[in-house]
Amino acid sequence: MSALLSVCNLSVQINEQPILHHIHLELAPGKVHVLMGPNGAGKSTLGNVIMGNPACSVTEGSMFFNGSDLLGLSVDQRAKAGIFLSFQNPLEVPGISLFSFLKSAYELTRDTHVRLWQFRKQLSATLGDLALDESYLDRDLNVGFSGGEKKKAEILQMLTLSPKLAILDETDSGLDVDAVRTVSHGIARYMEDAGHTLLIITHSTRILESLHVDRVHILAEGHIVHEGDASLIDDVNAHGFERYLSRE
Amino acid sequence: MNGKTYLDEISHSRYDFRYDEDGYFKVDQGLNEDIILEISREKNDPEWMREFRLRSLEQYHRLSVPDWGPDISGLNIDNIVTYVRPKNAGMTPKWSDVPSEIRETFERLGIPQAERESLAGVGAQYDSELVYHNVREEVAAQGVIYTDLESALHGPCAEMIRTHFMHLVPSTDHKFAALHGAVWSGGSFVYVPRGVSVEIPLQSYFRLNAPGAGQFEHTLIIVDEGASLHFIEGCSAPKYNVANLHAGCVELYVEKNAHLRYSTIENWSKNMYNLNTKRAIVREGGVMEWVSGSFGSHVSYLYPTTILAGAKAQMNYTGITFAGAGQNLDTGMKVIHSAPDTASVIHAKSISKSGGISTYRSAVTVNPGAAGSKSTANCESLMLDSDSRSDTIPVMDIRTADADIGHEARIGRISSEAIFYLMSRGLSEEEARTRIVSGFADSVSKELPLEYAVEMNNLIRLEMKGTIG
Repeated sequence: MSALLSVCNLSVQINEQPILHHIHLELAPGKVHVLMGPNGAGKSTLGNVIMGNPACSVTEGSMFFNGSDLLGLSVDQRAKAGIFLSFQNPLEVPGISLFSFLKSAYELTRDTHVRLWQFRKQLSATLGDLALDESYLDRDLNVGFSGGEKKKAEILQMLTLSPKLAILDETDSGLDVDAVRTVSHGIARYMEDAGHTLLIITHSTRILESLHVDRVHILAEGHIVHEGDASLIDDVNAHGFERYLSRE
Repeated sequence: MNGKTYLDEISHSRYDFRYDEDGYFKVDQGLNEDIILEISREKNDPEWMREFRLRSLEQYHRLSVPDWGPDISGLNIDNIVTYVRPKNAGMTPKWSDVPSEIRETFERLGIPQAERESLAGVGAQYDSELVYHNVREEVAAQGVIYTDLESALHGPCAEMIRTHFMHLVPSTDHKFAALHGAVWSGGSFVYVPRGVSVEIPLQSYFRLNAPGAGQFEHTLIIVDEGASLHFIEGCSAPKYNVANLHAGCVELYVEKNAHLRYSTIENWSKNMYNLNTKRAIVREGGVMEWVSGSFGSHVSYLYPTTILAGAKAQMNYTGITFAGAGQNLDTGMKVIHSAPDTASVIHAKSISKSGGISTYRSAVTVNPGAAGSKSTANCESLMLDSDSRSDTIPVMDIRTADADIGHEARIGRISSEAIFYLMSRGLSEEEARTRIVSGFADSVSKELPLEYAVEMNNLIRLEMKGTIG
């Protein structure tokens, strides 16, 4: 089966500092991939460069998504192609309600128009699943949301936009046990659709407990140093990342 | 409907001056007594007004141009005079004569064809007229007087006007107040009797329809004891102006326990010098609220001033300024606390882009007799690029020990992370920037009636269009 996302020999700099080196990564459609690694390994950078964050400059290599060359696409074009990034620190944007933002995003990524009330109804079921009150829809995007609420709002966006590939950047960080459960539940729901693919970036494994993981990639010091099946997670839990570090 | 409407007067007969073969009233260059006397005669001024105009003319010659704000040396005094003649009022200028930039604005704003035509002065003011009269009839039943100032000068409120007209803003105030006093024409007069609450906002649509008459318009509003009013300056659409100076004057009298909310969105054409003077006096327990949006003009000097003259009087100012390429908008507000336990709350926002300069200038004065007064100011500026400029110049003059004064200022840029975030959900860069800027302005648009809030968002959209490479 051909890969949904194919990253080949990718090197990335931020502020002229090399962060990622010669990355090879293949994400198979319909699978759950996990990207693990110690803090500062460059995991978030990889998520960001796939989404097209202009802060990340690609110095070599290529990325193909669903057959199209990602490097030629702007951030919004990548979103429309079906890539979604759940942010580690979702930004607060005053004056834009979560609802109107979601509606714009839904309409723009699908090139369609939705009826206001129909869309609201559609959202309210998902909100219930995420234990978010409907009043959050009318609040300014992430403004005054707690850490957990922000992450839930990201999952709400993911479930609503239903992208082909969702990259979850440290979605479990800073969440209490209940919130982790709710968020994991939402992620599991996303994977109920056979056409959906996940790349979960994490340095812990709490969020993975209720998921069937297909492939694990370990990133350390800007290199993909190891790949394997779900058993790697237990291995990391037992031994940490120590043995992947300081290769030179 | 009896007789001629105000709109008709503006459009057809108000300026029944001599026209040359091109239809333009000819005046000599420079401003002189003969011209003032002629205006006064044509407008059928009462004697005191004629004297007032002449005195103002003297002041005008005596006073010098302000030297502390944005450069106005590009302002040609001869043009001011040229403007005094009602070039387009009453004439039938073609819609195609309107500068293309402004025409486009109207089209994008979706201003109905009829309204556009009336703007250009080719009849079809019927719709606006009807709106105006509907409102007027409804409020007239409550004893509210809402009319143009010229007719009011000859009506039952003539004496009230004589005792209030340019008493808050005397023509000695500054050079352009003097100019205004000498050549003012058009504008509205509102009187709300004691205890009357006007439920629907009054809107001065007519100014939109009579571009040539709006340059020196005078607004005089008196809200009597316990009464309340929301007045919206007729800027439901950008104004087309034939000349390049606007020196209007607004005087607002808020009597004991009265409430006045005065909202305005200005979107002058980008060659305009907007030197407008607005001032309110608030008596005991009265409340004055300003909601102000400044989008257009080349240069603006605009500082709505409030005198809190009675105990427990309050002032609330919410304003936004958007300065784009070639614009230097110096806006802000002044408040003078002159009685005990008075309060003022200021929310000022400014946006600058493409080299635009936006300055917030404020003066908060607390006089010795104003113990227990409170003033809080919050200023936020957003700069959209590094060519633009944003300044905050707050002045506080506190002459009593017992006052609670706060000032907060913040200048920021749109974070590239926020743009990335919005784009990652499918918004284009332009759309993302526009949403962020609209969001920044949201706290002001919330204060506006819906149609104006929509228009303000449209204006922001318009300003943001094409800002991305």
